[in-house]
Amino acid sequence: MPDMESAPAAPATIAGLDEKILTERREAVSRTRRDVLFDVDGLTVSYADVPALKNVSLEIYKNFVTAFIGPSGCGKSTFIRCFNRMNDLIPTASVEGKILYHGTDLYGHEVDSVEVRKRIGMVFQKPNPFPKSIYDNVAFGPRILGWKKELDDRVERALRNAALWDEVKNRLKSSAYGLSGGQQQRLCIARCLAVEPDVLLMDEPASALDPISTTAIEDLMHTLKRDYTIVIVTHNMQQAARVADMTAFFSVEVDEEQDRRTGILVEYDETPTIFTNPGDKRTEDYVTGRFG
Amino acid sequence: MSTIPAPLGQRPRGDKVRGTIFYVLLLISVAVGFIVLFTLIVDVVQKGIGYIDPLFFTEPNNPTNPQEAGAKPAILGTIYLMVLLLMFVVPIGVGTAIYLEEYADRERWYNRLLELNIQNLAAVPSIVYGILGLAFLVRGLGLGRVLLAGALILTLLVLPTVIVASREAIRSVPDSIRQGAYALGATQWQVVRRQVLPAAIPGIATGSILALARAIGETAPLLLVGALTYVTVDPSLLGSFTALPVQIYQWIARPQEEFRYLAAAGIMVLLAILLTMNAFAIWLRNRYQRRW
Repeated sequence: MPDMESAPAAPATIAGLDEKILTERREAVSRTRRDVLFDVDGLTVSYADVPALKNVSLEIYKNFVTAFIGPSGCGKSTFIRCFNRMNDLIPTASVEGKILYHGTDLYGHEVDSVEVRKRIGMVFQKPNPFPKSIYDNVAFGPRILGWKKELDDRVERALRNAALWDEVKNRLKSSAYGLSGGQQQRLCIARCLAVEPDVLLMDEPASALDPISTTAIEDLMHTLKRDYTIVIVTHNMQQAARVADMTAFFSVEVDEEQDRRTGILVEYDETPTIFTNPGDKRTEDYVTGRFG
Repeated sequence: MSTIPAPLGQRPRGDKVRGTIFYVLLLISVAVGFIVLFTLIVDVVQKGIGYIDPLFFTEPNNPTNPQEAGAKPAILGTIYLMVLLLMFVVPIGVGTAIYLEEYADRERWYNRLLELNIQNLAAVPSIVYGILGLAFLVRGLGLGRVLLAGALILTLLVLPTVIVASREAIRSVPDSIRQGAYALGATQWQVVRRQVLPAAIPGIATGSILALARAIGETAPLLLVGALTYVTVDPSLLGSFTALPVQIYQWIARPQEEFRYLAAAGIMVLLAILLTMNAFAIWLRNRYQRRW
């Protein structure tokens, strides 16, 4: 565990962050019941036997928005990809440790990665609609699962839940590439929702979008967490403060001798605590912008 | 303080001259190719146009009377060869390309050997394929000098081209699309079948048509596997056959002047088929060109 330094005298906070937001956050978190959905225990991810992320343990709660923040190369994207076993697609990647999901180890021998991904959806950094119509993009998931009944209703519901329906209802048959970047990203969210997952993983979902589209995605997250558990990786600390109930701060451990950089989990707590009263000096330096 | 820029004026003379010389050289290179091709076509059309009549398409070759000679068996033979070739080469070529791009583990020595061989095969002269066909198909398998043997040897001849073109098309499908489909719980087969292949089809089709166009102009391998020149009956799968290039070759070799004109007519038909196929390939490419 990281060494615990004494909390700073004056509450450290990132510039421009509204105290009101944090107060709301604090209240929201204290009201919500905590049911553990993912229990990560001693997770280490390596690429070609070089560890990229070392010994991470944390719990992710149901119907919470959990944010992973940290500098580039700290392994936060690698980490989020463990939750739906996307790392399996990289031949050299190997995962040690456990991720218990409803009590079952996602990396257990009897668990099929395809089954995992049906329940745990993912939205990527760059919007990646399929080269098909808007309708076919959303219908893709249900179709491969063999849900052919009431497909129209399902597509409409998914688009409504992704706050996109009103903008596209008159052009469902036109290409998804005709949409703006923000609309494409909401389409990708709708595509995930159509298969009725349990969890939504979002890997920097707004980093390629303009501020207005970003706000739309953030608002959406607030609505969606009523029905889904959301895990988000973000570079933007304000964004983490605005949307996340819990925040995990990752950092890089540099081994000069072997020229290796390994990601580690520094601190994981309620978002307001991370931003105003972090328990670790490194977290404080990062959230106050003093990180070198 | 700031220096006054020199007044705008003419470019230095030497620059201008060099530019013009280079431009003229480029024009000459274009002209050489264009004029030669144009002369050839004009020559062929002048000689052959008089022999393009209904008889040419309805009558078989007549070795004694050029006026009544036609190319029906040759034209039909070429069409049959094309259809058979497509039936053989597309499934095998696309299947190999999918295996190499989507399934093969590049770390394995046999996959690398396979790739190296395919690249080399594309450069083997067609006469070598003809000898292989003669030894292996006609004599070894005892197929005899039949249409099927001709189609099979042409298949082997253009297979590397189709594989390379299909791999190119499959590789150009962005990985983000595969990831998006996997993240929805698609199996590898579903990803290939429903995302990668549909997106790659325009490229595959264009490559296949261009390969086909190359194959129908081939003479040497067909001569070796026994395309005959005096065929008067319509071709059948396991019967003797001829094809347009073979027929043209035979007519040109005849001493009588009229047969040369007949050959010119044959060349016109072959050119028309080739140009149509190339035009179709270009149309396909433009029609389905995607931006990602």
